[in-house]
Amino acid sequence: MRRSPTALALALALAISAPASAVQPDEMLDDPALEARARTLSQGIRCLVCQNQSIDDSNAGLARDLRLIVRERLLAGDEDQAVLDFLTRRYGDFVLLEPPFTPRTYALWYGPAVMLALGLAAVALFTLRRRRDRAAAGPAPLSEMERRRLAALFDDDGPPA
Amino acid sequence: MAKYLLSLVPVALFGLVAVYFGLGLQRDPGILPSALIDQPVPAFDLPALKDGAAGLAGADLTGQVTLVNVFASWCVPCRYEHPLLMRLAADQTVTVHGLNWKDKPADAIRWLEELGDPYARIGSDPSGRAGIDLGVYGVPETYVIDADGRIRYKQVGPMTPELLDGTILPLIESLRR
Repeated sequence: MRRSPTALALALALAISAPASAVQPDEMLDDPALEARARTLSQGIRCLVCQNQSIDDSNAGLARDLRLIVRERLLAGDEDQAVLDFLTRRYGDFVLLEPPFTPRTYALWYGPAVMLALGLAAVALFTLRRRRDRAAAGPAPLSEMERRRLAALFDDDGPPA
Repeated sequence: MAKYLLSLVPVALFGLVAVYFGLGLQRDPGILPSALIDQPVPAFDLPALKDGAAGLAGADLTGQVTLVNVFASWCVPCRYEHPLLMRLAADQTVTVHGLNWKDKPADAIRWLEELGDPYARIGSDPSGRAGIDLGVYGVPETYVIDADGRIRYKQVGPMTPELLDGTILPLIESLRR
């Protein structure tokens, strides 16, 4: 690759650039602590129009509305969980990017660990069984080629009985 | 023999999970079920689109089964379902109220003049806040509200004849009994 100051400058610029967000300056709160809370909360709230973006990242109109509501609730003195509850009361659990940990979602949260445990158990069972079978069967019989080599070594008379 | 059957267990387990996921994948993720089903309509009080007309408030939604249709003049699918709403109003099958969501009242008035006005009352929500209390996340949406003012069903997306005849009208029937 040709050494060029342009390439270096571009690489540096990309390296120090922050991840893009959709928050407009007119939405931001004056209090930096509250604004930081708002940003963190927004990153955990799903934009219902785009569905796979948080409201912090999404350019949709609804995302902006929800960002403003998050800030409004924070200014009204709500705790973080209260802000999230405000939204889930209206939109359901799907508005949260991280599924809540409730009896309804136990299968989701415990599922992978359970599957892993089942898989490991299956592997363990299989290995132990194979080891047991192999021990019970004794040494393997000679293959055709091995028998011929043996015969050749003993001058066609075969091994001594 | 038992060993052979045992080795089928992972296959069966996979089959079960595959069916479960397969069914889930066929559902449209864009359609969110309402979180407010069976709950009373949240309180709201919206002004009318123009002076002299009737606005829409939560209190207007008790006493009989009603439909609340969320619409906007910039919404293309709303045009698609509009004739159905006009028919409902003309046949007096059910009272339909309108919620003009994130729209300029002047645009909405012009839109209704062009297409006709099926709504008994229209609430103007240019900021979209009343809509957020209801759980509106797009247009069009239609809510079936029972006589006690509880949300019984939420239709996401435009109304179609199939949905109307298959789901909405039977629901209205059963709520009236």
